[in-house]
Amino acid sequence: MLLDSLLNLVPELNKAFLETIYMVAISLVIAIIAGLPLGILLFVTDHGLFLENTTVKSVLGFVVNMIRSIPFVILLVGLLPLTKLITGTTIGPTAASVSLSVAAIPFFARIVETSLREIDKGVIEAAVAVGATPWMIIKDVLLPEARPGIIHGITITTISLVGYSAMAGIVGGGGIGDLAIRFGYYRYDNTVMITTIVILICLVQMIQFAGDRIARLADKR
Amino acid sequence: MIEVKNLVKVYSSKKNKVIGVDNVSLTIKNGEIFGIVGYSGAGKSTLLRCINLLERPTSGQVIIDGVDLTTLNEKELRQARLKIGMIFQHFHLVSSKTVFENVAFALKAAKKSKEEIEKRVNELLEMVGLADKRDAYPSQLSGGQKQRVGIARALANEPTVLLCDEATSALDPSTTKSILALLKKINRELGITIVLITHEMEVVKDICDRIAVMQDGKVIELGTVYDIFTNPKEELTKSFIHSVLQFEIPDHLLKKRTGTIVKIQFKGEMAEEAIVSDMLQTFKVKGNILHGKIEYIQDMPLGIFIMELTGDPHEIKRAIDYISLRTNGLEVIKNVA
Repeated sequence: MLLDSLLNLVPELNKAFLETIYMVAISLVIAIIAGLPLGILLFVTDHGLFLENTTVKSVLGFVVNMIRSIPFVILLVGLLPLTKLITGTTIGPTAASVSLSVAAIPFFARIVETSLREIDKGVIEAAVAVGATPWMIIKDVLLPEARPGIIHGITITTISLVGYSAMAGIVGGGGIGDLAIRFGYYRYDNTVMITTIVILICLVQMIQFAGDRIARLADKR
Repeated sequence: MIEVKNLVKVYSSKKNKVIGVDNVSLTIKNGEIFGIVGYSGAGKSTLLRCINLLERPTSGQVIIDGVDLTTLNEKELRQARLKIGMIFQHFHLVSSKTVFENVAFALKAAKKSKEEIEKRVNELLEMVGLADKRDAYPSQLSGGQKQRVGIARALANEPTVLLCDEATSALDPSTTKSILALLKKINRELGITIVLITHEMEVVKDICDRIAVMQDGKVIELGTVYDIFTNPKEELTKSFIHSVLQFEIPDHLLKKRTGTIVKIQFKGEMAEEAIVSDMLQTFKVKGNILHGKIEYIQDMPLGIFIMELTGDPHEIKRAIDYISLRTNGLEVIKNVA
């Protein structure tokens, strides 16, 4: 009986799993592409650093905090016009990826900024004293030194995205989390709910494990 | 030549102003090793960091080989910094890069080609004695080795000036000696002007030609190391020198003595003359040496003796006058007569 209902669920689960991966992957890539430079900018424009710029720093900081303070569900609905503009539709996993990305960019940017702050200021100063350009310092000092921290940040962002993607069901994004809510929460189907939760637990454990492994390999200190 | 003119650095926050460097003017000659000493907070580090504009002075000028660094734009300043090497107390190497890559970074900043970088880094590592550590990461090196990498990086672009920010303060005494020997070799062989700051007078005594003593952001005394060591004027300078040249004898020993105790300082050639034996032959006094030491500062001898003179008080006075006349550093520590 239990096995039967699980077997019936396989196609549904399969589809949901792929949708989750799809949404998380797209928004993670965008979060890294946009969040990494944003995080670097937040750091190097800070007081006492080589591109100190109070205006840029406070404007960026304000925008980042503003986006981060909006609850994700509200962001998801509020960004529908933007989603329509970018993807041409407001439903489905692709549409959900837009709001997921918007939420993930500032989140990841702050993590990058924090990892950069861990770097010994003296090392940056030594690079300035050598006569290096800001670009060289970013590329050859900041990024290599913060690499393990940034990889941990990617792990954390990925796991947060898995969590946020559960709400993508609101705009018809699908995914495992959505399956759990639809079957488990609305229909009181415990089998589906527990199965999806087990899948989510495994997924998160795997992401964390892989992230830790890669971070350790990248750490030369 | 490095000229620092009326340099002032003020750190101002909303509540108060802290003066880091207070109107300092200095001229450091080409090819000399110039030491700046002072306790922490005296402003020596700030002054050093103003020389390559890591700290921008509030006012005043820093002129290196005729170029006023304070007037340069970002790009020109970067070019100027290629010719000013700097090493640090905590080395500040990039921990995720190998020894080779750390040194290569400085050459990349000068936009050297790959082949040039390869050749120059090997040369530099050979010079600092780390050719076999080329592919090691900083975490695999000892403190002394890390500082050698720092020196190689600082010298990569053949600078005319090397700034040393407490470069030996984190090292043990024997490593300190070897790093100082390397700095001296660099100075003699490559003719690089070295400016170093330290709170260790040993360092100054070993390698500096001239020193400036700083207190509360001001230079309070400046001169050749030998002059400062043999004839310090300010209290602070005396206390610094005291830390290296200790000629004290214990109190309980001093109390037991019945004669007149004098401290005699011989400078330069005088240290090689037989002044004491002349004195003992000329006057009817007995001399008993309680403590004696000859230090070599910049290869010039400085002798200091503590003697007890016994005999007729009148003769003792004449003996003291005789020595005072022939040396110029006699101090009566205890006079019973």
